[in-house]
Amino acid sequence: MLNDFLILMRLELLQAAIVFLLLFIKFGKGWKNEVLLNFIYLLLLAGIVAAFFGRHDGQLFAGMFVSSKYIFIQKTILNLGVLLIAWLNYDWLRKHEHLAEFFMLLVSAQLGLFLMISSGNLLIFYLALELASIPVAALANFDLERRTSSEAAMKMILSSAFSSGILLFGISLLYGASGTIQFEMLATNLEANQPLEAIGFILFFAGLAFKLSVVPFHLWTADVYQGSPVAVTSFLSVISKGATVFVLVSLLYKVFNPLGEISYQLLIVLSVITLLVGNLFALRQNNLKRFLAFSSIAQVGFMLVSISGGSAAADISVTYFILIYVFSNLAAFGVISIISDATGRESVADYRGLYKNNKLLSWVMAIALFSLAGVPPTAGFFGKFFLIMSGAAKQGSNGFKTLFIAIVAINLVISLYYYLRLVRAMFMDSNENPVGSVKLAAVPKYALLVCVLAILLIGLFGSLYEHLRSVYQSY
Amino acid sequence: MNLSLILLIPLVTALLVALARNAPQVRGISLVGTVVQLAGAIYLLLGFSGIRKAGNTSIVLFEQQYPIFPSIGINYHVGVDGISVAMILLTSLVVLAGVLISWKEERMTKEYYLLLLMLSLGAYGFFISLDLFILFFFLEIAVIPKYLLIGIWGSGKKEYSANKLALLLMFGSALVLVGLLGLYFNSKAPHSFDLLRLADTGFSTKQQLLFFPFLFLGFGIFTAIFPFHTWVPDGHSSAPTAGSMFLAGISMKLGGYGCLRIAVYLLPEGAKHYGDIIIVLSAIAILYGAFATLMQKDLKYMNAYSSISHCGFVLLGIGMLTKTAFNGAVLQMVSHGWMTALFFAVIGIIYERTHTRQIQEMGGLMKVMPFSMTVLFIAGLCSLGLPGLSGFVAEMTVFMGSWQNEGNFYRIATIIACMSIVVTAVYILRAIGQTAMGPLPARYSDLKDADWSERWATVVLIAGILTIGIAPAWLNDLIGPATEAIIKRIALK
Repeated sequence: MLNDFLILMRLELLQAAIVFLLLFIKFGKGWKNEVLLNFIYLLLLAGIVAAFFGRHDGQLFAGMFVSSKYIFIQKTILNLGVLLIAWLNYDWLRKHEHLAEFFMLLVSAQLGLFLMISSGNLLIFYLALELASIPVAALANFDLERRTSSEAAMKMILSSAFSSGILLFGISLLYGASGTIQFEMLATNLEANQPLEAIGFILFFAGLAFKLSVVPFHLWTADVYQGSPVAVTSFLSVISKGATVFVLVSLLYKVFNPLGEISYQLLIVLSVITLLVGNLFALRQNNLKRFLAFSSIAQVGFMLVSISGGSAAADISVTYFILIYVFSNLAAFGVISIISDATGRESVADYRGLYKNNKLLSWVMAIALFSLAGVPPTAGFFGKFFLIMSGAAKQGSNGFKTLFIAIVAINLVISLYYYLRLVRAMFMDSNENPVGSVKLAAVPKYALLVCVLAILLIGLFGSLYEHLRSVYQSY
Repeated sequence: MNLSLILLIPLVTALLVALARNAPQVRGISLVGTVVQLAGAIYLLLGFSGIRKAGNTSIVLFEQQYPIFPSIGINYHVGVDGISVAMILLTSLVVLAGVLISWKEERMTKEYYLLLLMLSLGAYGFFISLDLFILFFFLEIAVIPKYLLIGIWGSGKKEYSANKLALLLMFGSALVLVGLLGLYFNSKAPHSFDLLRLADTGFSTKQQLLFFPFLFLGFGIFTAIFPFHTWVPDGHSSAPTAGSMFLAGISMKLGGYGCLRIAVYLLPEGAKHYGDIIIVLSAIAILYGAFATLMQKDLKYMNAYSSISHCGFVLLGIGMLTKTAFNGAVLQMVSHGWMTALFFAVIGIIYERTHTRQIQEMGGLMKVMPFSMTVLFIAGLCSLGLPGLSGFVAEMTVFMGSWQNEGNFYRIATIIACMSIVVTAVYILRAIGQTAMGPLPARYSDLKDADWSERWATVVLIAGILTIGIAPAWLNDLIGPATEAIIKRIALK
């Protein structure tokens, strides 16, 4: 038992260890920021390495904590994302006076996400979700001198509390309807076409939809993204979203399988409005963080399209897409962070003529944007294609499915428009006062190169997808 | 021959260009790479004809297949039939000319050549793919280079044009995507994107009628199907010279190839059902394009609009659904590709020197630039279909194929299309006359004629045009079996 505990929860234990280590360091003599930062990089790297060795499958605490190789892969993707965030925001972190606290909160939030992915019943799921939300609200406040940052934290905490309330209500209804909180039992006890269960499910789904900023639960997103420091924004839009999508997919297919018909209709409707609203609002944003906020809403829309397909292919495609999304979106946020830290400028107008003085940054940004838009040869193309493909996999009439996929495909074109808008600003527009040549420190530079290489190569090596698939199907 | 070489050569060239230290190295590497590629294309042609002569009648040759995503039926599957070989030949010649004509591009030379090579890579990949997933991949790969080439190196309202082109072409690919997924999920289990396996599937009539418009219209946008032709004039006239050559010479042909080789081949019943609509749309494009050209005052706009008209012949040939008309459509693709690339090259040469493209401001250039003006004459005469040049052969074949269809509807469409030739003669002769003849304005008196790179760029294209114009039989024999295979599927139904 103890052995199992140590082996299966090694990633979570490591995170807890990081939090406590940082606490001791903070209360002890205090380290220089550079040293501390390098130490943290080492610990985060250890988390990625640790996932590769040892046993992956098993259950703990009477099924409350579930682990498998596939879950380990998902967690490693998130670990990779956090490491990249830490690398890319090197300049901002190095100067921050509360570096230790920042990572304490960040890693606790990540611990919450990990427990959420591994949860085996509704109780631990809810606890983990709270653990993943509250530290992030504190993190949003970490730009200590900006009022918008406090505003973002306030909005974040209020909307989290609200969504938790809804989620909890949904959980209680589900418990009332089925008499259990264990996921395995729920899957057998839930019955289709019962109003109580349907309402419970919809409320539960709504709670998760808040986290994912699915339209119409997206209203907090833009303000929070804009106000928070870039590091936190990227955590919110990549790591926390990625983890929530992982959970959503596995819950829908494993636990709420009996309610398949409701969830299908719900997903079709929500995915289309999420795509449309995300895309149409992204068209006219001038602040880059707001712009990426809406573009990430649209990306969630594409993921919902895939999930609506309701097949094993959807689970795999979503994981694959998140892997690509981690690199693409973090590269974009990385560039924004570097430029924002050096010059304080973060609007589309400021990026006019960026190419003149910052060739590398412009190319990285352009490649990241093309990947987000799903244009080959970047990996984003493969990610998007598989998402849409698994969305079309549902059995049913050709006519309706074709209409649905056509709407989704049109949204690809709309999204290309606004990504091109930024490319055009960087490469084609002239500016009287362009961003000067920004000096890149070695750490963020190599992190950006890692992202670019990943974006260019992931898609071309199909074996990665095949590996994911074979791991998934071995359960 | 190992078909992957066709992809490998431009890829290696692009990598070397990326590593090059200065502009002369970039140019040199690109030139060597594209010459090698042309040699490869000719070698492929010879190899292909040799095997055909030996009596091998399988539809595709030089097949290669490696799994990429085997679990969902996506493979790297390449192979060529006669149409693909013709298209590869077309592409390699235009790319070589494009590299030569850009010799004096000083601004961001490395990026410029990299994007050109990437564009050509997309076209080569598209023409050899037998797996529809990688075909789609290569179709879209050209979006980035097209957008950046026009937006950065272009002229006029370049940002607007670049956006319009990228979005409309992306819309086309989106439609293709819907069609492809439809085919995939209705194919025999295990589902596959493989062209040859999909051809064996036998889609039901209902499925064919549903998916054919998506595929045909999607590819059709690339070849300026009416009413989605509006990206052509803006895109072509804003692009830098080599960009226009690639867009009109290669990129528009992706559409025609896709319409014929994918949409019509896989969904013959759909083609039969919608054939009349295609004919109407293409007849409108032919006539409308020709009349719109009459009104143009800018040489590049003139050629861009005439491209709409000429590419209408491709679609007309496809819509007529006879073997001769298909042959004509393919011939027209090759012929128009070279002819229009040549035209844009000469316009580029003129613009370099006069710094204007307005026809009214030209005059008497024959006296100072005899070589360039001769080339302009050849391009113009080919465009209006003078016998001995490729345009005549292609358009004549389309008309003959169209006339084979009984019925007044087809006859009228053919006659309308024929009438455009008269209009073409008007605008071509007027433009050429105004440019080359008449008194020479004093400000042009010390202009220099084309230099060596520009001369070579035009010479390779003229060689292509003349080869088809004088001896079209070899090309006809090359594409014959391929179009035969497509027409057989239509006749079966």
